[in-house]
Amino acid sequence: MCMTCGCGTSHPHSHEHAHTHEHGHSHGYTHAGQKGRRLSLEQDILAENNRYAAANRVAWRAQGVFALNLVSSPGSGKTSVLVRTIEALRGAVPLAVIEGDQQTDNDAQRIHAAGVPAIQINTGKGCHLDAHAVGHAAQDLPLSDGGLLLIENVGNLVCPAAFDLGEAHKVVMLSVTEGEDKPIKYPDMFAAADVLLLNKIDLLPYVDFDVAQALTYAHRINPGVRVFQLSARSGEGLSAWFDWLRDGVDSARREMPQQSR
Amino acid sequence: MHEMALAESIRDLIDAQAAREGFRRVCTVELEIGRLAIVDVPALRFALDIALRDTIAGGAELVIDEPSGQALCMQCSNSVELAQRGDACPDCGGYQLTVTDGDQMRVSGLVVE
Repeated sequence: MCMTCGCGTSHPHSHEHAHTHEHGHSHGYTHAGQKGRRLSLEQDILAENNRYAAANRVAWRAQGVFALNLVSSPGSGKTSVLVRTIEALRGAVPLAVIEGDQQTDNDAQRIHAAGVPAIQINTGKGCHLDAHAVGHAAQDLPLSDGGLLLIENVGNLVCPAAFDLGEAHKVVMLSVTEGEDKPIKYPDMFAAADVLLLNKIDLLPYVDFDVAQALTYAHRINPGVRVFQLSARSGEGLSAWFDWLRDGVDSARREMPQQSR
Repeated sequence: MHEMALAESIRDLIDAQAAREGFRRVCTVELEIGRLAIVDVPALRFALDIALRDTIAGGAELVIDEPSGQALCMQCSNSVELAQRGDACPDCGGYQLTVTDGDQMRVSGLVVE
C-alpha cells in the first residue's frame, strides 16, 4: 500500500532508484488503466518562500537581530506606531525598517524623517511581502548587530498570514475604529500572530468598540496571544510595548552565537 | 488574492520536477489543501488556470483533496474536528484549541507523461 496515494497494492511499484529526500520523495509508477505515471511529491506549496524565510531567520539570529513582521488592515496605524517606536528607541537600539506597500515610498519617507534607515518594497499588484524580497531588502539595509528590524507588511488582514518572512514574531494591529469582531472575521491572521496591538485607544470614548469583546474574540482564535493596548497619538500604553521590544532585543543579543559576536 | 502567488509557486515546483524527472506533459496535478489553510480553493483553481497556461501542465486536471481541520482541545484534552478557526470545541464548548491538522497546502503528486 502506497501511503501517499492510497491506491492499493495492485499497481506495479518501482523503488529501485535512490530517493532524493531534499526534493521530497519521488518515485514513479503506473496506475492500472491510467495514462502516464504518477510522481509522489508531497511538497509544501510555500516551500520556496519557507526556504528563504529560514535563511533570513538564520542570518538575523547570527546577527542577534530581533525581527518583527507588523500586519494589519490599511489604516490601523502601523506606520504611526513605528514612528513613535523609533522616537523612543532611537539611540538605545540600532533600528532598521522595511516598508511594504503596493505603491509610493511615503511610509519609508516617514521613517527616514524619523531618522532611521528604511527601505520601501513596492509589491505592485502583490498583496503581501514574501521572504525573498524581504531578504534582499534586509541585505541592502545597514542592519547593525543586536538591532531591531521592523517589517511593516502590506495593509491586508488575509494574505500576509500565509507568508513567513523569517521574523521572530508576527505582530497584528487592530484599531478601535474598526469592528471588534475582526479577530473572528479574519481568524488566520489573528491565529498566525503572537502579539496583538490594540491601537487608537484614545478614541474609545467616541466609538462603540467593545474592548473586552474584541479580546475575547482574539483569545478564542489564539489563546496565547499577548495584547498591548496603546495609542500612537496620545502615547498611552506605549511604554509596555517598548519594554517588550527591549526585552526581545536583549534576548536576541543573548542568543547570538558566540562566534559571530 | 495571494492565490496567484501560490499558483506561481505550484508552477515553479512542477517546472523543477520536470527538469529533474524529464517528463514532457502533466496530465493531473494533485493538491492537498486543508480546510483551515489560508486558501480560497475556487480562487486557486482560477489562478492555476492562468498560471499553468502555456506550460507543460496547461490543461491538466486538478484534483484537490480538502482534509478537514483537526485540533487538540486544551480544556478537555480531546482531539476534535474543527470546521473553522474560532469555533468552539464540539465536545466541551471551550476555545482553547490548537490546530493539529487541516492547515496544509501541498502538491501531493503529479500524473505525467
